[in-house]
Amino acid sequence: MNELVFFINNVLIAGSVTGSIYAIGAIGVTLIFSIMRFAHFAHADMMTFGAFMVLLLTTAFPALGPAIGVPTALIMLPLAMLLTALLAVGIDKAFYKPLRAHGVKPIVLVIGSLGVTLMLQGLIRLFAGTSGQSLYVDDRKEILRIALPFEGARAPIVVTEPQLYLFVITIVCVVALALFLNRSRLGKAMRAMSDNPELAQASGINTNTIVAVTWVIAGGLAAIAGTLLSLDVTFKPDLSFFLLLPIFAAAIVGGVGHPYGAIAGGFVVGFAETLAVFNWNVLLRPFQDSFPAWLELPSNLAFVGTEYKIVVPFFILVAILVWRPTGLFKGKVI
Amino acid sequence: MSHDASPPSPSNAPPLLSARGVHGGYGSMNILNGVDMTLHADEVGVIVGPNGAGKSTMLKAVFGLLNVNQGEILLSGEPIQNLAPNQLVKRGMGFVPQEKNVFPSLTVKENLEMGAFLKPQNVKRMLEQVYEFFPPLRDKRRQPAGELSGGQRQMVAMGRALMAEPTLLLLDEPTAGLSPLYMNEIFDRVKKINAAGVGILMVEQNAKQALAIADKGFVLAAGQNRFTDTGAALLADPDVARSFLGG
Repeated sequence: MNELVFFINNVLIAGSVTGSIYAIGAIGVTLIFSIMRFAHFAHADMMTFGAFMVLLLTTAFPALGPAIGVPTALIMLPLAMLLTALLAVGIDKAFYKPLRAHGVKPIVLVIGSLGVTLMLQGLIRLFAGTSGQSLYVDDRKEILRIALPFEGARAPIVVTEPQLYLFVITIVCVVALALFLNRSRLGKAMRAMSDNPELAQASGINTNTIVAVTWVIAGGLAAIAGTLLSLDVTFKPDLSFFLLLPIFAAAIVGGVGHPYGAIAGGFVVGFAETLAVFNWNVLLRPFQDSFPAWLELPSNLAFVGTEYKIVVPFFILVAILVWRPTGLFKGKVI
Repeated sequence: MSHDASPPSPSNAPPLLSARGVHGGYGSMNILNGVDMTLHADEVGVIVGPNGAGKSTMLKAVFGLLNVNQGEILLSGEPIQNLAPNQLVKRGMGFVPQEKNVFPSLTVKENLEMGAFLKPQNVKRMLEQVYEFFPPLRDKRRQPAGELSGGQRQMVAMGRALMAEPTLLLLDEPTAGLSPLYMNEIFDRVKKINAAGVGILMVEQNAKQALAIADKGFVLAAGQNRFTDTGAALLADPDVARSFLGG
């Protein structure tokens, strides 16, 4: 029983947390690709930037949250989303739009976004320093321990407050995105432009507007994902190093250009990571008696050590590119 | 006083479309070497001619998809050469490309809605009208356009362009690759759309059938006008028949 609780805490909850963050990040990558046809490498740094904005705002008004009873960082999130969306639109205007106007190949835009990555990281480090900082400045991180009403279940299920917020916000984001893409005029125009940009233009759709809307959505979602991740652990200026590969793996696993695929891909990569570092010894130990005597279970039975977690999305990426380059939902090939 | 006797269009109004000495092509290289065209609001105009004559090029030049290096194109008397396509849509022009003319992952209804993107207040009324022109689309409205047959796709494409309530509809080979049955159906719709007050200019490979419904036919060769007359007169002309209609 306790083993099961251990599994829920370390795989189900941890996997959902990682999966949600990857999913929200991958949605942005996939939307940008479907509208502008290039892999936006600076996306993970837009996530860091969003979290950094929250950190700045929270440090500036630390008493706001405790007065209301919500973490200050969450109150500041909408403002940070707005700022990150503005940053995204600004970066597009300053760097990507001139390149597009010259009709460059997508690879030029990709390299351009690498430059933006370096620039953003430098900027964030300049102001935030290089060490990790908690987004809980004056607030206390609540930890919920839910005891199970079963006999013999001594260990409780452990969920932290930011993780609960994360689950709720992820669901809200996914529902809102689905409604936007399927019901709103702009959302449909976005899908139309992703399908056939020339025809969208011939229909009178202003493609510049759609590009701007895409950046606003991608920037806003990036701020959410970055902030929620920083709330769960801590804010670090080099957060993006650990995000870039997984979110691209997620977008590609789901099929590039498919927002729902990106969500599925995010959870696939998130759960693959947590399952790979999970110590299976814990689940197998109760059955030790039924194993032959010569077989002794090693105390650590994980596929990879936690410190090598990042290889998991890398392997998923390689595998999907080799065997199913269009992803699970038949997206485009990057 | 004009001696033009066609009663529906007021004789003093400028023609819907008028092109004079159009030279143009991709970049600075000309494919069109001086094309003239006049089309009135109540007419169906058909451009025919051999491969490489510049038929589709002319249509694209009218819709601002390639450079007009010389000459002028007027829409209801106003010069429009080298305006961007989305500006032309605002001025009442609709264009149906030959290929890739639907949004495959959008449903039929969403495809049509995109056609009215600039006039969202008209969507309901125009949807009804398009469904009346193309009844099969009503039943298929929830299906992704990419799953439809070629003929139905062509209907979606034409319906999409009609949603913006154009005064001039440009069709690039609307019957390419369709069975004779669908071809006749499409031509039949073209006549109906024209009767509803939309001027139509189309490029066609099926020259005989297309000229049969044409008020005006333009035979192009090597980027220039070879014959210009009513559709019936062109069909009856032995020279046209010998050189361009396969005898």
